[in-house]
Amino acid sequence: MSVLQVDVWRGGESGSFQRFEVPRLESQTVLDVVTHIQRVLDPTLSYRFACRVGMCGSCAMTVNGRARWTCRTHVAEVVAGGALEIAPLRNLPVIKDLVTDMREFFDKWAAARGQFRPSASRKDDFARVEPDSPRRQLVDAGIECIGCGVCYAACDVVSWNPEYLGPAALNRAWTLVNDVRDGARDERLAAVAGDAGCHACHTHMSCTERCPKKISPTAAIAGLKRATLGAALKGKA
Amino acid sequence: MRNDWRARSHAGWWAFLVHRVSGILLTLFLPLHFLALGLALEGEAALDAALRWTEQPLVKAAEVVLVVLLAAHAAGGIRLLMLEFLPWREWHKTLLAVAGGVTLAVGVGFLLNLV
Repeated sequence: MSVLQVDVWRGGESGSFQRFEVPRLESQTVLDVVTHIQRVLDPTLSYRFACRVGMCGSCAMTVNGRARWTCRTHVAEVVAGGALEIAPLRNLPVIKDLVTDMREFFDKWAAARGQFRPSASRKDDFARVEPDSPRRQLVDAGIECIGCGVCYAACDVVSWNPEYLGPAALNRAWTLVNDVRDGARDERLAAVAGDAGCHACHTHMSCTERCPKKISPTAAIAGLKRATLGAALKGKA
Repeated sequence: MRNDWRARSHAGWWAFLVHRVSGILLTLFLPLHFLALGLALEGEAALDAALRWTEQPLVKAAEVVLVVLLAAHAAGGIRLLMLEFLPWREWHKTLLAVAGGVTLAVGVGFLLNLV
């Protein structure tokens, strides 16, 4: 049986990598490797996961330098010379080992007006949205986000400007801008048009490159750039 | 903690780097360009001396680099405008390849005195 050499981040913002030897198994995921370490080798290792099937968005880590969802990343895809380096997500405060504080990530969803604001009341009839209407298609392109933080960790603009709302929050805003039932379009565009909003994006496309759900936040941000420009020309934002 | 080169090694990030570096170098060149043109105000002799200086082989070689930088920055800028202001489609790597091709063609064309 072959053995994986796994370097795992231990500590908080400052710390170091600790080497573990983990048996290599068939169809093994990176999350399996971390779980083996915690259950068999060192129970003090902290990490996060819940669903194990790519739905909950809680197990993202930096694997060999790149942000990934670990539950659906096979070791075979990422192993380099029989070795793995597993670290917490970048651009977020490290609480301990592989666990980051996601607070600022989700606070930025709220700052980007990520909440749906209905334009109708419960007394009105159901809204009818044709599945193949252009705006619904734009919503579909971004709605499957699981909030894992991979795009946020991959984004260098977040590193350079900590106020930057980031790809996930802007993607969320764009899905709502295209929601025909929503009544807060102007406020939302104003919220994402500032220095820390969509215009801060440098189109590195790291978010699009790394999103495990194959969403393109860059597309959403480009849409917001056009929409905010349109609003500005109309004197709204 | 921040990302290192392993996270950045993909086409979009390299395109950004080329755009940023060419932009900075062109910005540094512009004042020198205007300074040289400004010599015309000091008379024919001063400008001619400057123009003769640019005939040196090393300066000629630098001129090719300058043209490539300009082509890369212009093609890269048009690529960005097309990507972001036209309706979104999955063509960013195609646009990158075209921008790279245009840059190369302009560079080679200039080197061969085609333009």
